[in-house]
Amino acid sequence: MANQIEWVALSVFVFFFALVTVMGFFAARWKSGPVSAHLDQWGLGGRQFGIWVTWFLVGGDFYTAYTVIAVPALVYAVGAYGFFALPYTIIVYPFVFAVMPLLWKQAHANGHVTAADVVHGTYHSRGLELAVAITGMVATMPYIALQLIGMSVTIKTMGLKGDLPIIAAFIILALYTYSSGLRAPALIAFVKDIMIYIVVLVAIVVVPAKLGGYGVVFAAANDAFATKGGLTGLTLKPSQMLPYASLALGSALAAFMYPHTLTGIFASKSADTIRKNAILLPAYTLLLGLIALLGYMAYAAKIAVPTPNDVVPALFQALFPSWFAGFAFSAIAIGALVPAAVMSIGAANLFTRNVWKSYVNPAISHAGEAAVAKITSLVVKLGALAFILFLPTQYALDLQLLGGLWILQTFPALVFGLFTRWFRAEGLLLGWAAGIIWGSWTAWSNGLKPLASIELGGASYMFYVGLGALILNVVVAVVVTVIVGLISPNRTSVTARS
Amino acid sequence: MWMLLLVPFIGLLWVPFYNFTEPSLFGFPFFYWYQLAWVPISSLLIWLVYRSRTPDEAP
Repeated sequence: MANQIEWVALSVFVFFFALVTVMGFFAARWKSGPVSAHLDQWGLGGRQFGIWVTWFLVGGDFYTAYTVIAVPALVYAVGAYGFFALPYTIIVYPFVFAVMPLLWKQAHANGHVTAADVVHGTYHSRGLELAVAITGMVATMPYIALQLIGMSVTIKTMGLKGDLPIIAAFIILALYTYSSGLRAPALIAFVKDIMIYIVVLVAIVVVPAKLGGYGVVFAAANDAFATKGGLTGLTLKPSQMLPYASLALGSALAAFMYPHTLTGIFASKSADTIRKNAILLPAYTLLLGLIALLGYMAYAAKIAVPTPNDVVPALFQALFPSWFAGFAFSAIAIGALVPAAVMSIGAANLFTRNVWKSYVNPAISHAGEAAVAKITSLVVKLGALAFILFLPTQYALDLQLLGGLWILQTFPALVFGLFTRWFRAEGLLLGWAAGIIWGSWTAWSNGLKPLASIELGGASYMFYVGLGALILNVVVAVVVTVIVGLISPNRTSVTARS
Repeated sequence: MWMLLLVPFIGLLWVPFYNFTEPSLFGFPFFYWYQLAWVPISSLLIWLVYRSRTPDEAP
């Protein structure tokens, strides 16, 4: 790793960072609307984003900077198993196509801003609304913290030491999110995604060319895994198959339960915008699959790194001229800004609508909602920054893993109501609690590994904890709904939609 | 037509379908190019379902 400052790379970096900062503040005037007058304006960009804005926005905030760092790092460390991100980000789109337009229609017709709004609109249960809102906020915080990790890895590679650069970058981000709302990340996403596309297209052509082709890359990785003892490799071991598939499925079901991805959905102009995006967004998945292979290219390039997370920056630094490395690092760092901004907006919307409005000030005006959300977004970002500065990095990683498990438990409450009114709020709430408690306990007792095992017919099967917790969640929801139905057959107020 | 949306789930979640290295393509072992190939195939399937459905009434 570099010990002196890489001036060329750093200059390129500072240039692009300054560019997006100006864009972030300018964004308040883009697609003009009174940003501070209504939460729909600040928190959802006016609900007017068409196909291309939504494509860049959702692409920019679903495929985060951390993805660019962490997926190749995982593939570098564990081989084929780390590739589960690819099936995950493919099967998510048939799901998005089938479900998210229905969710959008429900939200649009009733002026809902958050997932918890939709749940309250369907079941009229303050308890279930609060459960969904708190899960969303808690799951989002470590995710924001991870974006900071992605950013700090690239900044350190350029030779800048200490926490000051990351603090400065984050304060700038917090300020333009405050003033422009969702319009800022939507506009910056254009720059970020075009930069990432350039970097990856160059990398997947130039790097193998320099190293001797993809055959050489895979062979080098294969040799390296064989040397390590052959526990992992270019294909999955039999014991890894079920974990691989269940992680892919569980992650796909969880992906669009997060406040930041849902914010992108609710901000769309129409249900058709979402359907077309389900067809177009997989372009990013192709990119992700190719990025993942950077992990193998590191073996062919004979790069040794202290931790797997340094693989991508080290690879770019070793194989590219300084100016292009700087360009790539700015793409990754800006790539962290977009999701971090959308995540803080999603969490702020939840707090404003489902905690502040529901419990503190039900009579709040539209402008008042926007004001509360703006302040909350600042608090959320400062919280994430403090998290990274004062706690070990591992906490953020562990909590993000648990966050995926937790957010998946909001799936029945949010999705089932789009198709059937059979479930009762009591059942969904108890199912949610059972899933969260069992899942957290199991992950915790396994040393925060995402896998649990089950004994069936003498054989032991490993699978993703979150998916197991979801199954338990649904079973409890069904059983309790049946019991509650026997006790009180007349459901109250369910037909009265607000 | 909506059943087409389930096809990627089957193709990708049943790992024994593709957990081997041969035949390779452009240096990519089967495991990798098979999964990458599902990206355009899934888009195509979703597009087919999209075309077959009745459009929303104008908002």
